[in-house]
Amino acid sequence: MGKPVTIITPQHRLWEVDFREIWRYRDLVDLFVKRNIVVQYKQTILGPLWYLIQPLLTVLMNMVVFGGIAKISTDGVPQALFYMAGNVCWFYFADCLNQTATTFTTNQAMFGKVYFPRLVVPIATVISNLLRFGIQMGLFVGFYLYFFFTGADIHLTWAAFLIPLLIVLLAGLGLGFGILVSSMTTKYRDLTILFTFIVQLWMYGTPIVYPLSIVTHSTLRLFIMANPMTFVIEAFKYATLGQGYFSWLGLGYSFAFMCVLLVVGVMVFNKVQRTFMDTV
Amino acid sequence: MDAITFEGVGKQYRLGTVSSGTISHDLNRWWAVNVMHKEDPYLKIGETNDRAHKGESEYVWALKDINFKVEEGDVVGIIGKNGAGKSTLLKLLSRVTAPTTGKITAYGRIASLLEVGTGFHPEMTGRENIYMNGAIMGMTKAEITRKLDEIVDFSGCERYIDTPVKRYSSGMTVRLGFAIAAHLEPDILVVDEVLAVGDAEFQKKAIGKMQDISHGGGRTVLFVSHNMAAVKSLCKTGILLENGRIKQLGGIFDVVNSYLSEQESYFLIKDNIQTIDKDLIINKIMINGTESSVSRITHNQPTLSFQIEGKANNISNAEICLILKNNNGEALALFSLSEDSPLLTLDGEFHFSKKILLPERLHHGMIRIDLHIHQPNVQYYLVANNCCCLDVEGYIPATGQIRSINSGFITLIEKND
Repeated sequence: MGKPVTIITPQHRLWEVDFREIWRYRDLVDLFVKRNIVVQYKQTILGPLWYLIQPLLTVLMNMVVFGGIAKISTDGVPQALFYMAGNVCWFYFADCLNQTATTFTTNQAMFGKVYFPRLVVPIATVISNLLRFGIQMGLFVGFYLYFFFTGADIHLTWAAFLIPLLIVLLAGLGLGFGILVSSMTTKYRDLTILFTFIVQLWMYGTPIVYPLSIVTHSTLRLFIMANPMTFVIEAFKYATLGQGYFSWLGLGYSFAFMCVLLVVGVMVFNKVQRTFMDTV
Repeated sequence: MDAITFEGVGKQYRLGTVSSGTISHDLNRWWAVNVMHKEDPYLKIGETNDRAHKGESEYVWALKDINFKVEEGDVVGIIGKNGAGKSTLLKLLSRVTAPTTGKITAYGRIASLLEVGTGFHPEMTGRENIYMNGAIMGMTKAEITRKLDEIVDFSGCERYIDTPVKRYSSGMTVRLGFAIAAHLEPDILVVDEVLAVGDAEFQKKAIGKMQDISHGGGRTVLFVSHNMAAVKSLCKTGILLENGRIKQLGGIFDVVNSYLSEQESYFLIKDNIQTIDKDLIINKIMINGTESSVSRITHNQPTLSFQIEGKANNISNAEICLILKNNNGEALALFSLSEDSPLLTLDGEFHFSKKILLPERLHHGMIRIDLHIHQPNVQYYLVANNCCCLDVEGYIPATGQIRSINSGFITLIEKND
């Protein structure tokens, strides 16, 4: 009997994610990725150029507010480069987070009509955001080369080899947190209101517009160190600019945090996906 | 070999809105189940799903105690009134939502057509959407590429295939969506009332394809529809749902007939009026001596009586006509009250009573009646399509010849001088 058997029951174990099933649907992931990318360009004149305008304006504003007015140190790194390094990473994380956090509500029409492993959607989101991240990274590299050849005090370090791992950490944290939020907001929407606010605050709790080195207040420092994003951003700055806080322990903490978050997130997501159509 | 088994399946829904009131129930349930390790207290309550009557409890069972088996290769029609639980049943089987109690076992790949064109993105072209939709239904890209030509051909939208779907008409979208689903080659196909949009040609094509699917490949089809003619021509067995429970299970003809006859007590002919002019009030419509919208024409019944009573405010040049149709909506005959007289003027109370001569030998089957009051070619005062359903006992040839039930209502006989 070669036919697959489907058993549908109300009971479920806490951890029964069928990863083989998701693997069978890999073509769907691929198509969702393409759709996400293609649909964003449609009927815009500037198209993907928008991906560049956003970080440029943000960096400019950071330079005016935090660099110019507040005069926050950038550890001797050119301001434009310093802010861009932090922001490009943060954008990728925040995009993954914001888009996966609405998985259930934005796709309810589709989810209500046909079954496929729901995790496909957030996974595709994380992958398609890589394109935008890549384009913004290209912008960063352009700036980097300009400042490098005009003699700014920056240098690549060996940690640059860890950049792929850092990207995985950004994606994993964004995805894990995002699916957790999307699962928790299907029935009670209170959290959605709080959520945008939290993401904004979180950015200020992460060393993006300031280096970790200027945080000397001990409780404050502990608080920022508890944020798993801190080590990722700092490690990226260390890898590319030569300035920043690098610690294996810290990255290990971020990695462990990501793993726990993903396990819990997938578990809750999986539980919710079975009946969310009734409560959404 | 059973393809699908339902064992004690139930689905409970909570009515009303999600608000602060629901959280106390959620906390209560969580406490009972996870801390006290008792049964969910809200599963014990809950009422049967009767849409029309006010209930005591916030919880209803959209489906309760559903037990049945479907054999491989069977085509099952699921019928019932609105809100009887038909769509819920398909939703459970297609895993859109999980049941509250019970167990469903299904052998083979399930494809559900709860709505065609699911996941169609308006900005993407037909071709891109074929891939998208196919993949959502569980096909791989290679499979879709292999069948692309066939799908495009079946849909009949070749010319538009590289145009964004947002430029498609709704019929074209359905055609494309159904074409994809029909080429899925699932072991179990779940279809919900999707054929309502396509034109007659396409509906015929779609029903033909579904027959092919079940006959050719020994695949199992579950089909929900209100179109009794389609259900009867497609299905072998039927399940009649009422208020979330199985009322009858058996051969499709028996199930359809008992469904149609039980409607008798529920609707009056005048409940089936779709539009009515503000200057017109209808008090009573009787066909065949009853106000009920379902009645029988017995053997050798020579006439059909028609009565209408009401009040009108100066409606002139009116014509009252009855259109007799077969089950597929094709008109068989027309009767006009003003056929041999000038058009009517209705002012104040009116009452008409007519007897219509029926053909001598009607064939066994269903006749549906449309009632219209209109000023010819100008406006409608009253439209009541399908207001009455006549079960014609009719003439069944005793010669042993096999004759399709839909093969016509009037039997021609030789005239003996």
